[in-house]
Amino acid sequence: MQEHDTSWVRTEMALAQQPPAGVRGPLAWVRKNLVGSVGDVILTVLAIALVVMIVPPIINWAFINAQWVGPDRTVCATAGQGGIQPDGWSGACWAFVNAKFGQLMLGRYPIEERWRPILVAILFVALLVPLLIPRVPRKGLNAILLFLVLPIIAFVLLVGGMFGLPHVETQLWGGLLVTLSLSFVGIAVSLPMGIVLALGRRSKMPIVKTLCVIFIEFVRGIPLITVLFFASVMLPLFLPAGVSFDKYLRALIGVSLFAAAYMAEVIRGGLQAIPKGQYEGADSLGLGYWQKMTLIVLPQALKLVIPGIVNTFIGMFKDTSLVIIISMFDLLGVVKQNFADANWATPQTARSGLIFAAFVFWLFCFGMSRYSMYTERRLDTGHKR
Amino acid sequence: MASQEVLREEPSRGSFINDPKVRGIFFQAVVVILLVAGVWWIVHNVIENLQRLHIASGFSFLKNRAGFDIPVRPIAYTSDSTYGDAIIVGLINTIIVALAGIVTATIIGFVVGIGRLSRNWLIRKICTVYVEVFRNIPPLLVIFFWYSGVLAVLPAPRDSFNLPFGSFLNQRGFYFPRAIWGEGSWLIFVALLVGIAMAWFVARTARQRQMATGQQFPVLWTSLALIVGLPLLAYALAGFPLSFDFPKQSTFNLTGGFQIGPEFLSLYLALSFYTAAFIAEIVRAGILGVSKGQTEAAGALGLRPGSILRLVVVPQAMRIVIPPLTSQYLNLTKNSSLAIAIGYPDLTAIAGTVLNQTGQAVEGVLIMMVVYLIISLVTSAVMNVVNARMALVER
Repeated sequence: MQEHDTSWVRTEMALAQQPPAGVRGPLAWVRKNLVGSVGDVILTVLAIALVVMIVPPIINWAFINAQWVGPDRTVCATAGQGGIQPDGWSGACWAFVNAKFGQLMLGRYPIEERWRPILVAILFVALLVPLLIPRVPRKGLNAILLFLVLPIIAFVLLVGGMFGLPHVETQLWGGLLVTLSLSFVGIAVSLPMGIVLALGRRSKMPIVKTLCVIFIEFVRGIPLITVLFFASVMLPLFLPAGVSFDKYLRALIGVSLFAAAYMAEVIRGGLQAIPKGQYEGADSLGLGYWQKMTLIVLPQALKLVIPGIVNTFIGMFKDTSLVIIISMFDLLGVVKQNFADANWATPQTARSGLIFAAFVFWLFCFGMSRYSMYTERRLDTGHKR
Repeated sequence: MASQEVLREEPSRGSFINDPKVRGIFFQAVVVILLVAGVWWIVHNVIENLQRLHIASGFSFLKNRAGFDIPVRPIAYTSDSTYGDAIIVGLINTIIVALAGIVTATIIGFVVGIGRLSRNWLIRKICTVYVEVFRNIPPLLVIFFWYSGVLAVLPAPRDSFNLPFGSFLNQRGFYFPRAIWGEGSWLIFVALLVGIAMAWFVARTARQRQMATGQQFPVLWTSLALIVGLPLLAYALAGFPLSFDFPKQSTFNLTGGFQIGPEFLSLYLALSFYTAAFIAEIVRAGILGVSKGQTEAAGALGLRPGSILRLVVVPQAMRIVIPPLTSQYLNLTKNSSLAIAIGYPDLTAIAGTVLNQTGQAVEGVLIMMVVYLIISLVTSAVMNVVNARMALVER
């Protein structure tokens, strides 16, 4: 039998053939993604026209024609406007940003004391970066340093008035310093407050629940400006005569209260998404309310709503620019304030300053949203449906 | 039965300190006491402060003469009008800019959101760049950009840009011809209303007929003919009563026509562009949220791509889209309060002026908050009705 067996079994797999030439390579990509149908061709042509119309002028304006350094407005003004540029010139006036850079970052913080905010910024980055990289150990210690120790050090350094440091009024603060410090404190305050409000809203105690619902819905129904108005003109009336507090602190209270209401709704979404079995499981283990929440429910709920929390942070970071309305000067405020500087008044100044500010805001917000996407993927434990 | 009753003994409750009910009542009592004490303390301080500052509380100041002028006034208003009138002007301005912004933002948002799902790589990328840029910068900055960066550096009225249809664009805003409705032009509006009513009726009958017999009727074209054709016919019948007041260039200024100031323009453009980025993301999520099986099943039933989109995908996507869309509309309305930064006289700006002039801080802020709350509640209510009509009718 054996020698007559003509059956044959392949011992190794045949190599896969390449896909046909029509569906690979750059040409096929173009066919699929750009000129798939008649409609597609028209769209592509329109899109190319749009890109050609917009991109080269922007590059021209922002880089090729731009003026990077200069003493005053003459470098950014055409001859007709009393400057040195040929008529019809149009380019970014980065020289303006360059000249005002210190102000844009720190406002009117006294020059000889500027090492203090810079030191705080260095400490902040040194503590934040290891916290953001998952592989670096000692997260607990790091978080305590960042959220408990650093604020104290920062307060001493920035405000001064002790340990031989001269006092710096918050009136003199400005620029990115105000933007970042307002949003950092706002984030640090609004997250725990939002958690408490969300738990309150889902509480079984009717009075606590009603109060939380009223607070959340009320704050979410009004614009931030009215909250800031409230903080700047009504809060002083609420305090006994003679007691007044800093405008910066008032803005801080306004922004934090506002963000806390939005945060509460985001976290409530997370709490609702946790299956009832988890609550009941915790109960059956004999855990008390706070043990149940901090050990079982919140870790899961917060993880679920990371995107929402970060979105609230981003919203708040952007909203700090509104403090300009109660005459405090954050990054955007300082930019706007400097439009009035006769030394730099040209048609290009406003645009350049605003685009620089937009770029800084964009960098922070985009960074935050990308980091949240990364964290979301990392923490994804496969429970997603 | 009896044996079970014997088993059911009263469980030992232990100390009443550990009873969650008792604890709850105690805790709430503490909250109420703290709240009442806090409110009493605040009210006490407010009364004392107001007395010290010699400010009379109450809303009677609304009947006093305002004494300031408002550049943009949709209703009759002079500086002799009352504070109450001024606030109403502000409210109307807020509503105008919010409505205009909502319409434009929705259109841009839907176009960009669908563009982000396009099969065309270039379109997809352009839309992504748009969304990522506008989502990540503050709306106030966008407003300033339009106001100081674009509109303020336009040419003076003398060198205005000439746009089609006799309109002009310069530093002082956008000028376009104003329609002057002559005698008999009410006929046109009546014809328009009749046209809309008839179109609605045609659509209803056509649907009933299709349900009964399966025969289709070109509803779209008939409705268009009715809505556009009837007013045109009325226009001709009434003897062409419509004429236009064109803006004319003189040495230093433009006269005639209708002017939209740069404040309104920059606020409107900024709010539309900013909110559109968020709406685009909502639309994209909505369309992606309709499972692929739905499209495939519709295809298997023999529907054409256009019909699949119109009859199967969009109705289901709208269900996902509407709730977050509502909150974006509310955000836009609330963000319109940023008008104060560039001097567009909206509710916040005027209430702020009133508050500064009269010193009625508590009342001023209260008016602002209550009005915005009402706007929010009304918008939510309207969108809830829309949502209820769109929502899936569950078994």
